[in-house]
Amino acid sequence: MSHVIPYIAAIQEAIREEMERDDRVLYFGQNMATSPEDPFLKQFGPDRVRVTPISETAEIGIATGAAVAGYRPVVELYMAEFLLVATDQVVNEGTRFHFMSKGQVSVPMVMVAGYGFTAGWAGQHTGSIYGMFMGVPGLKVALPSTPADAKGLMTTAIRDDNPVLFFQNYLLLLDEGEVPDGEHAVPFGVADVKRAGSDLTLVATGYAVRTALGAAESLARRGVSVEVIDPRTIAPLDVDTILSSVARTGHLVLVDQATRHSSVAAVIAAEVAELGFSSLEAPISLVTALDSSIAYSKPVEEFVLPDEHKVVKAVEESLGLAPASA
Amino acid sequence: MAGGAAGDPGSGGGLDAAVAERLLETMWRIRAFEERLEPLKRSSMVLGLTHLSIGQEAVAAGVCTQLRDDEPVYSNHRANGHALAKGVDMGRLLAELMGRAEGCCRGLGGSMHVVDVAHGFLGATGVVGGNLPFAVGSALAGRLLGQDRPAVVFFGDGAAQTGIFAETLNLASLWQVPVVLVCENNGFAEFTPRSAHTRVERVSDLAAPFRVPAATVDGNDVAQVHAAFAHALALARAGSGPFLLECLTHRLSGHYVGDPGGYRAAVEDEAWRARDPIERLVRQAAAAGWFDAERSRAAEAAARDEVEAAVAFAASSPFPDLGLPAELTYAR
Repeated sequence: MSHVIPYIAAIQEAIREEMERDDRVLYFGQNMATSPEDPFLKQFGPDRVRVTPISETAEIGIATGAAVAGYRPVVELYMAEFLLVATDQVVNEGTRFHFMSKGQVSVPMVMVAGYGFTAGWAGQHTGSIYGMFMGVPGLKVALPSTPADAKGLMTTAIRDDNPVLFFQNYLLLLDEGEVPDGEHAVPFGVADVKRAGSDLTLVATGYAVRTALGAAESLARRGVSVEVIDPRTIAPLDVDTILSSVARTGHLVLVDQATRHSSVAAVIAAEVAELGFSSLEAPISLVTALDSSIAYSKPVEEFVLPDEHKVVKAVEESLGLAPASA
Repeated sequence: MAGGAAGDPGSGGGLDAAVAERLLETMWRIRAFEERLEPLKRSSMVLGLTHLSIGQEAVAAGVCTQLRDDEPVYSNHRANGHALAKGVDMGRLLAELMGRAEGCCRGLGGSMHVVDVAHGFLGATGVVGGNLPFAVGSALAGRLLGQDRPAVVFFGDGAAQTGIFAETLNLASLWQVPVVLVCENNGFAEFTPRSAHTRVERVSDLAAPFRVPAATVDGNDVAQVHAAFAHALALARAGSGPFLLECLTHRLSGHYVGDPGGYRAAVEDEAWRARDPIERLVRQAAAAGWFDAERSRAAEAAARDEVEAAVAFAASSPFPDLGLPAELTYAR
């Protein structure tokens, strides 16, 4: 059985259920729980649900300290770019603690950040900056593309004994989808085949999964069978599922909202080039944002970002297809 | 205020003979350990950066010896004294500094990241100020668990100029968590004198705007440190909010071993040597009739013996297993 809810509601459902299940889960961040009518505040009280000042660095640091002492904090950080204010805490403090203490300490903490508000929000609120965190040892990075995955990955994130960066996409927040009833945990490091196919492998992350599925649908109408894989977590990254798909299709196109040189696509391309080279019948193709800031103006914003048309063109080139008649 | 007149024995207030002897022994253990560390570093037995706290031992001793094992201490990059005073085994500490398998972190952390959870020593950060909020989170956890388990964090005067310090002080006060922030104000932030960093005279001056109670003491007088921290700790254990304790002190060595120290030309080490916290305690003890100089020499000898045993232990420890990165990068 399942129910249909928006992506953002699925995330909230996971946090609420985990807070019900485990008293050690705390939830705090900016601009939340400011009214006594806040549902989380009403249900769980002011000890576990807290509004914070605009102090990302201390918020994450306090969460780290509470996590070391046995709690499981979820820190709401709003914009992914706000993580950059607190980069030392995100990258270089809690993430190192387990290793440097020979495992005496662990830091079960979730940092929630929204990304990619590409709706005229200009250069500082639109970035898909997850790529810069995927190579941080000790940090796990979840990147859900559907309401079901959003709930399942948040459940797993809260239960994980490591710091987890959970990226929610702003343009997906109100997208509805089926979410399994009851407990729903999606394992980390297990990619999901969002659409099965045999001619070409499309790997897409986060928001770009929607772009990839749109392209696959239009290609299917032309008789081209495209497989769409969503890694769901980029750290750990399920390279095996991608390699086995490429072994069958021989063609790989990577779709990513991130800038090309800070993209998950670049990392996957390197892995497949090294580990799956003999499977490839054409060069790997990357459809990413340009290495540019996102523009405010709509036509320039669209020019910088990947879209279905750009994906279809990359697929046509990989397979040697004639362009669809316009 | 800083140390009073040279040779002033200080008040000795709040101590008794047994406590004074324990402080004496603790300070000698730190002093002997760090004096031995310097040649070990210069011969590359000890790796990386070695930050000595010679001259600052009174702060570590006056604070850490009053804490239970379940009361966590977060330290900073100058951590050896804090670790020893909090109960970390000297041999395991030195093995860690030598990058050995029997180090308290199996050689994975080193001098800036010494962790010994069993003794409530939660390590340090190599990023100045980076772990200030950890202590607030720890104290918050203690409060939520209903335990009288305050947390302590050591930081230097340099950290007081970071943004994270202001954020941490504000949140600690806002949430009224039982954390004691202990500043070792040695007048230098890394290589730069305090006067080049700020016009704020005392770190404790920064507490009032956040409505955090604070005190400044002579950090080279272990009796003063002990008494002031006892006060702060009693408040914290009783469930009060944060407290900032500033200890004015002075490191008699460079920022790290090998630091040429040219920037210290203006510093009168001789004047500070007269305020050596160990010698001052010995003078106080003689005046109070607790013990004499012979007792101090015995404590020194015992400390130096312990250090040599630690060197033997650490030097014979193997290097760690190369499987550790795969085993410990993530908690399982």
